[in-house]
Amino acid sequence: MRQEVNKQQKIDILNIKKDFPILNQRINNHRLIYLDNAASTQKPHVVIDAHKHFFETSYANIHRGLHTLAERATNAYENTRSHVAKFIGGVKPEEIIYTHGTTEAINLLAYTWGEENIKEGDEIVITEMEHHANLVPWVILSQRKKAILKRIPLTSDGQLNLENINDIITSKTKLVALCHMSNVLGSINPIEEITDYAHRKGAVVLVDGAQSVPHMKINVKESGADFYTFSAHKMLGPTGVGILFGREELLNKMAPFNMGGEMISEVYYDKITWNEIPHKFEAGTPNIVGVAAFDTALTYLEEIGMDNIRQHEKDLTSYAIDKLLQLNGLEIQGPLDIEKRGGVISFTDKDIHPHDISTYLDAKGIAIRAGHHCAQPLMRTLDKVATSRASLYIYNDETDIDELCSALIEMRRYFGHD
Amino acid sequence: MTDPLDEIYREIILDHYRAPRGKKPLEKFDVSSNGHNPSCGDDIDLHLLMDNGTVKDINVNCKGCAISVASGSMLAEYIKGKPLNEVKKIADVVKKMLKGEDFDLSEELADMELGDIDSLKGVRQFPVRIKCALLAWMTLIEGLKNYEDGKRAQNPTTTEKNGE
Repeated sequence: MRQEVNKQQKIDILNIKKDFPILNQRINNHRLIYLDNAASTQKPHVVIDAHKHFFETSYANIHRGLHTLAERATNAYENTRSHVAKFIGGVKPEEIIYTHGTTEAINLLAYTWGEENIKEGDEIVITEMEHHANLVPWVILSQRKKAILKRIPLTSDGQLNLENINDIITSKTKLVALCHMSNVLGSINPIEEITDYAHRKGAVVLVDGAQSVPHMKINVKESGADFYTFSAHKMLGPTGVGILFGREELLNKMAPFNMGGEMISEVYYDKITWNEIPHKFEAGTPNIVGVAAFDTALTYLEEIGMDNIRQHEKDLTSYAIDKLLQLNGLEIQGPLDIEKRGGVISFTDKDIHPHDISTYLDAKGIAIRAGHHCAQPLMRTLDKVATSRASLYIYNDETDIDELCSALIEMRRYFGHD
Repeated sequence: MTDPLDEIYREIILDHYRAPRGKKPLEKFDVSSNGHNPSCGDDIDLHLLMDNGTVKDINVNCKGCAISVASGSMLAEYIKGKPLNEVKKIADVVKKMLKGEDFDLSEELADMELGDIDSLKGVRQFPVRIKCALLAWMTLIEGLKNYEDGKRAQNPTTTEKNGE
């Protein structure tokens, strides 16, 4: 029976949990509770099996091979590309470039588009909630080009403060680079609004979607982003596979990044012509089996439904925030409004260092992350040296949150705080 | 199965963490040294008042995790009143112990005993936390080196590797 659009289905967590073999174990004599999904997600058995199946039936190097296995491998590789194009709202497959991950995708842009388009005195705009991946390449590029790096500041609850946006994004701005969702604060940024500001001033917009694509339905075209990037491993797929979407017109004008096989058309000792997009950007043998298995991860997510995933995470985040805020000494970073945030929950305890929290929770079988989360400038803005971060995904449920909260209560007692 | 928490946070460590020794600031001091681990934010200020080759008084001001605070507190307790050569010896032994280097305790320390410091051994099983336990001791070693060379430290001491 077809579902009505406005009727969302509760996702069946118990059955989903069963799909993830790694979750079925005890860590330090406790049930494993995995809450480090913003760093990387676990893999369902269908994705694990897809690797094995591909190696057993279809493995060969892709492109230019004139044998059956090369054709199978190439088909699988290109099928995933079409699948990705569809998954992010229906772009052209040739607008999808494979990279090793989000970090490499952003470096690719800095070294190609950035190298050609950023001149002395130009402005690059980022935000104060960027991961080092979408920060360091732009700091270095702006230094190299004598360009000006500007920042969109944050409100007190960790959202973008757009009050003075017209002074920040100006006619000198060539690039606005920002995350869709913060890996520390969980804040979801209003991408359409930002691209609107940027395009009116003639700037190009790059969106780091590493934390958003795994958790909600994304329509890259509607977002207005010129470049949009994310990583497979944060959405049930393998490591070493990243996606860079770029508008065809921009990609065609860009120079290649890595030089070598596959990215060329004709090679002479004194003259080389480039292959067409996307191959122009894909020198060398890529992570073929990873790409093939990513297709299975996408199908798995589609079967659950991205809107259902978003709803599940909204419900669970709301539940978690309510419970965490009842704990003594605990403070949550980022917006509390559930419409404006995702399931990345950073918190601090006024008495206990995040590394002690992490070690304590690990002893109870609970995996969270502690540290600066590759966002040192943001930590300075928040005036914290580090935070603890619990981040949710489809296999987490209220029991996980209950156990996290009980462990945090016991922890305060353990360290002598009540 | 034993609780891994009891390995790292032994009762002695928790005791030092809850009530750190050497907190009282010194009006005068001869040795001053700062240690800082940027990744965890652990920060330690160490001041020693020397008297005739002996540590007359010590102030340790450590902000950070339980391990670094406890380690700093044990340092304060242990070296107060000790002659400089013994202080250097114990710092070296703790460094070797935490880094897992081979050493013969009886040979290195002669008739000295590790006392509470022995409990830091458990941290070795938590490789990412070794730097926390080491910070106070490396800061002490650096401070004494500068003191003996008559120099001022240029940068804080760190026990983190780059990029952590």
